Amino acid sequence: MLSLFAAPHSHVPRRMPQVMRQVMFAMLPGIIGLTIAFGPGILVNLLLSMVTALLTEAWILRLRHRPVGKTLTDGSAVVTGMLLAVALPAIAPWWIPVLGTFFAVAVTKQLFGGLGQNPFNPAMAAYAFLLISFPLEMSLWPQPFEWHIAGFSWYETADAVTGATPLDAFRHKGMLTAEEFWQQPQLLSPDMVLAWEWVALGWALGGVWLLWQRVIHWQAPVGMLSALSLLAAFFYGVDPSHYASPWFHWVSGATLLSAFFIVTDPVSGATSRLGQCFFGIGVGILVYVIRTWGNYPDAVAFAVLLMNFAAPTIDYYTRPRVHGHRKAQRGLKQKDSAP
Amino acid sequence: MSQTSVRELAINGLWHNNPALVQLLGLCPLLAVTGSVVNALGLGLATLSVLVGANVAVSLIRHHVPTSVRLPAFVMIIASFVTCAELLMQAYTYSLYQILGIFIPLIVTNCAILGRADAFASRQPVSAAAVDGIMMGLGFLAVLLVLGAIREVLGQGTLFSGMALLFGEYAKHWQINVFADWHLLIMILPPGAFFTMSVLIALKNIIDQQLKKRQAAVSNTVHAQPSRRVRVTD
Repeated sequence: MLSLFAAPHSHVPRRMPQVMRQVMFAMLPGIIGLTIAFGPGILVNLLLSMVTALLTEAWILRLRHRPVGKTLTDGSAVVTGMLLAVALPAIAPWWIPVLGTFFAVAVTKQLFGGLGQNPFNPAMAAYAFLLISFPLEMSLWPQPFEWHIAGFSWYETADAVTGATPLDAFRHKGMLTAEEFWQQPQLLSPDMVLAWEWVALGWALGGVWLLWQRVIHWQAPVGMLSALSLLAAFFYGVDPSHYASPWFHWVSGATLLSAFFIVTDPVSGATSRLGQCFFGIGVGILVYVIRTWGNYPDAVAFAVLLMNFAAPTIDYYTRPRVHGHRKAQRGLKQKDSAP
Repeated sequence: MSQTSVRELAINGLWHNNPALVQLLGLCPLLAVTGSVVNALGLGLATLSVLVGANVAVSLIRHHVPTSVRLPAFVMIIASFVTCAELLMQAYTYSLYQILGIFIPLIVTNCAILGRADAFASRQPVSAAAVDGIMMGLGFLAVLLVLGAIREVLGQGTLFSGMALLFGEYAKHWQINVFADWHLLIMILPPGAFFTMSVLIALKNIIDQQLKKRQAAVSNTVHAQPSRRVRVTD
């Protein structure tokens, strides 16, 4: 029976489990894209990460004498594990997702006080941890659409069936100009580019759905993508032989994944809408700078971590004006009293 | 100087007021060079000797330096001791000197040394200052060694590798391979230093809490005795 009531209606705020379920749902297109391109290894990584995330969270919560059941079912730990797993190479050995997720949940999240208290994005901190510790295992991706040859096991994988990601290949093009680089399929197979384009499309679909559902706001993704595109367009326009095009920056690596799922993290990012915009712009600039002149294949993790450092300062300068007398302010906003 | 004060200075320097774990002074070299035991030992010994020397010297001149210029004077004294240590290391352990590099001259800026000179040595007789220097230096050295050992084992799976740099040829076979073929690069890099250091500080706080709890329990039972007897007679 349909019952109608006149306004005013009271809103039911969305709760954590629901938001987290929506995020998981939005990740599906990207995960499907990754699985088609790089094989079921992604699914294995996902499973390992999710189980590790739950076990670690439960263990630490018990150590800290916190209620285990309620926190476990809010899904935040599982989402952290998933976000890390989709950033890992599909043929990573099993201990990579396990160790990384343990680090993400135990060190980056729980040691800082649990949900809502972590100054750094757990998934990105764990990714940086893994990338610094195991650079070889973290940069071996299987050749796309040929994973049935590569098999499941990392140890069986020969060099012949692994390939550099587009960003990595472009960075190591050496003395070649970009035009020469694109004409040499042994450096970067067209399949690899195509695979990453499909994956990026998957993340974009999920991200747009999240925007439509108002789980995330547009400021951070738009800020990040526009800063990245502007910088890339400028350098590409000045010297197209040595710099990658904006499109290339959009569709390779974790650009779109981070734009919609990482930069929009409500905990470790900036708080106000304007702050989120600046946060996104900062990430976009840093991603371009580190990708182009840095030492690591992808820059998203480092860019996000660096901007996490800056988030309190951004918050301090982008506080919305408060009319009337001030409400009780918590956490970082206590900086008010500081001169 | 009485026996108890030596004991107090020792407990203070090694545990309760440990320069690395409690005062958190001198963290820059502490975190930067503790990638292996030998590096930690080298820097720890250099710091220890500078600390003792500076403490004694500062204590000797304490009546002749006006307060207004005491800090520049202390820094000059510390700098000369550091130069001595640097030249000695250059002469006897040249390869270790090269590995430690800039962190040897940077001992001058180690706040633990200036802190002890100003807070303790400039107000105490020479013997007390010397003991304090030794104990503080040993406390610093101990933390360096533990950090170095943990990071070396977790980072590259070995213990005491390269001790020949400090002890000459016959120390070559001291190396213990704890894990074969093990590399956890992050433990050797600066983040590993921060992680290990914070875990050590947490451990020290846990131990202190346990000690306090045990003390409280002991004093409670002492005080509780009479009342319980009363209750029994009831």
